[in-house]
Amino acid sequence: MNPYIVLGLLLMAVLAVGAWQQKKKARLYEISWGHQIRKTLTSRSFLLQMGGFVAFVVIWELTVKVFALPWFNRLPGPWECLLEWLSPDPDFGISIYTEDYYTHIIYSTYRATTAFVLATLLGVPMGLLMGWSRKFYDYSFPLVELIRPIPPLAWVPLAILILPGDEPAVIFVTFLVAFFVTALNTLLGVESIDESYFRAARCLGADKRRLLFDVVLPGAMPFIFTGLQISMGAAWFSLVAGEMIAAQYGLGFLIWDSYSLIQYPVIVIGMATLGVIGWISSAAVRSVGRKLMAWRERELYGS
Amino acid sequence: MARAATMNGASFAYKMRKFVASKHFTRGAMAVIGFFVLWQAGSMGLMPFMHAIPTPVTVAEAFWEFMCTGKYWQSWMDSTLRVTYGFVAAQLLGIPLGLGMGWNRNFKDFTYPLFELMRPIPPLAWVPVSILFWPTNESSIAFITFIGAFFTIVVNVLGGVSAIPRQLVDAAVSFGASPRQVFWRIVLPATIPSIVTGMMVGIGITWNVVIAAEMIAGNTGLGRLTWEAYLAGHTPGIIVGMISIGVAGYVSSMAVKMIGDWLMPWKKVF
Amino acid sequence: MEQVDMNTAEATTPPPVCRAGEGAMSIRKVGKIYDPEGVHVVALKDCSLEIAAGEFVAIVGPSGCGKSTLLNTIAGFDGLTSGEILLDGEPLATVDKDPSPGPDRVVVFQHGALFPWKTVLQNVTYGPVVQGVMSEEAANERAQEMLSRVGLNDIETAYPGQLSSGMQRRVEIIRALINNPKVLLLDEPFRAMDTVTKSASHQYLLELYDATGKTIFFITHDLEEAIFLADKVLVMTTRPGYIKKTLQVNLPRPRQYSMLASEEFLAMKAQLVEAVHEEAVKAFEAGEREMA
Repeated sequence: MNPYIVLGLLLMAVLAVGAWQQKKKARLYEISWGHQIRKTLTSRSFLLQMGGFVAFVVIWELTVKVFALPWFNRLPGPWECLLEWLSPDPDFGISIYTEDYYTHIIYSTYRATTAFVLATLLGVPMGLLMGWSRKFYDYSFPLVELIRPIPPLAWVPLAILILPGDEPAVIFVTFLVAFFVTALNTLLGVESIDESYFRAARCLGADKRRLLFDVVLPGAMPFIFTGLQISMGAAWFSLVAGEMIAAQYGLGFLIWDSYSLIQYPVIVIGMATLGVIGWISSAAVRSVGRKLMAWRERELYGS
Repeated sequence: MARAATMNGASFAYKMRKFVASKHFTRGAMAVIGFFVLWQAGSMGLMPFMHAIPTPVTVAEAFWEFMCTGKYWQSWMDSTLRVTYGFVAAQLLGIPLGLGMGWNRNFKDFTYPLFELMRPIPPLAWVPVSILFWPTNESSIAFITFIGAFFTIVVNVLGGVSAIPRQLVDAAVSFGASPRQVFWRIVLPATIPSIVTGMMVGIGITWNVVIAAEMIAGNTGLGRLTWEAYLAGHTPGIIVGMISIGVAGYVSSMAVKMIGDWLMPWKKVF
Repeated sequence: MEQVDMNTAEATTPPPVCRAGEGAMSIRKVGKIYDPEGVHVVALKDCSLEIAAGEFVAIVGPSGCGKSTLLNTIAGFDGLTSGEILLDGEPLATVDKDPSPGPDRVVVFQHGALFPWKTVLQNVTYGPVVQGVMSEEAANERAQEMLSRVGLNDIETAYPGQLSSGMQRRVEIIRALINNPKVLLLDEPFRAMDTVTKSASHQYLLELYDATGKTIFFITHDLEEAIFLADKVLVMTTRPGYIKKTLQVNLPRPRQYSMLASEEFLAMKAQLVEAVHEEAVKAFEAGEREMA
């Protein structure tokens, strides 16, 4: 298919999503759909937002391609990258039509997800236990503080040595950063719970185990989800570094490989893809959090 | 009531003595000692995965050897300079940008979508572009470091400005403050806690980024040192590198915390 | 230093006590010292008082006196360093026996402690269900019945964050009462409320008290509130805290708002104002010394 047609289709999809959102808003404000769309399109805020975006792309194209300023002229231009991304027959072998593109995406997503899930499964209970039991805190906190200052990426060489193969090493460093973020935010969450909730529960006859499930866990939930969002970002952050240093597939590898092979537009494609996937993954965490914390959401509408 | 009394009474020495004598301290000390014992045992082949790791004693010896070389201290120097450049540049650009976005609605509309578009891209993904763009290796690593701290500081400052209670600004205006005075006397000081939070988070990210960037594309620095030890198969060297990086990160965090305390005499952070 | 003011104590009608027959409390020479080897803050010293079963007792005093400390020791959140507390003749807390909280002494907290993550119904039924004394269905039924008695219908599935502060406090009192406690401990529950909400809350509390006859231990710094609600108002001194004055309130029950303007009421208020003011000045001066 011609890349221009795909581009057109993409634009239409964006417009459709926008229009659909305007419809939802129109229903909320109880005005007609057309009126709402007109209102948005002519609002200063919308024009400025679009203006900012267009200005960025135009400046990029002008500096890099049209005027080819020194320094800038080594970078790929936006139009060039977009066409490459949509081309059925890409110059450098990576576009939405090639299998390789999806292989890299799947590898990265798989690693990030594995690390994130492991970090959550271990980090949340760890943080809860630290907040719930003073004894456990006393034993574990000094160790955490001993190890935490070492940036996760400094573990890469050691992880490659200890663990069998590169694959577990990359997942391990990704896991490590996500784990600390999750555990410490969970601990912070437990510490943020007002003492009177514990007292109230004990008055009403809850034992220590019930406190864990009825007070500690739900009370820490807002912080846990803040932590999970940060941990998701941090996971992608170290995954990319890990892949650049020590992996065979994945978007981080793709970016670095394309640099070595002088396939510059692919670098931008990789970066953009990472941005999109990173955004989707944290949006997913956010929406799960909202579902689990309905009690918090509804405070907004309360009297 | 008890807290107020603690603040006024009890000397620091008394509190320290009490803490060291407490069971909390004993437990923590036991955990740390246990960690080193396990490490030693693991290196002696008593635990899975860990036979490749040198014992604490070997690492200590290697540490001493490293410290006797000029290259080790040069690595400290290089990494610290890169972190400083990137971090300072991120503050110098990020704080005004965040303040501007929070202060002026139009400016925020113009820049925010773009900012949100760039933010999810992991800093290390900028490495190739940065190398292409900047003329020297040094400047490209500093740039990636800058990217790492920049987004965090902007997000924090913007959040801080948006969270300023309306009454503060209203009160100042009703006393006849000009917009300029409101900005310098109200908005800026009220945002300092957020700036400090952003700095605390940012310094951690910065070290992370520098280490990775040095491993990927550097010729010098603590990250490179560690990586070279790996390439040479010198495992104690790897661990020496890791510990050095940990110390460096910790010291920088302390430094930033001190700056935070100095900026906010009315409340100590963390 | 315990003294009963004779003017008001020569009662024409005896106070309506002993209806429930349970929940009599003796607090004998209770002392509480925080950090005895270090800063040594004496919060309570030789604090003694007797509460009859079913009596409504209000404690007033300057902020920072031992009011909340006393409540915490009764509730079982905090141990004591001398003296003893008895509930129906059984020792609740002594120097050797640290008290533990339990459903026979439920607290309603100053800033409210309904679990924000549970619905109103889940909050109210939490006690009976967690203690295993009622099935969930039975608890639900009982909860709905009790909620409707204080005018709270159709809010069972709401979250506390959606309710007004007055409604929240009513729910919290019901959450305490459903456990059928011997003593209800209220720690300035109506503190941050506007006047209208406050007087409505008083009305609901009085109705519940008249209906159940529970012993109530009520902390407040609002003197009018104390006289209007209680059978007995105790004035606590500034640190170290003990009971300085006991005022027997002989207003008939059910209490009416018209009583607020009665001469008897105003005379009692004048006495309390004087006693509390003295302590407030002392507390203020002590505070000044501490700062300097």
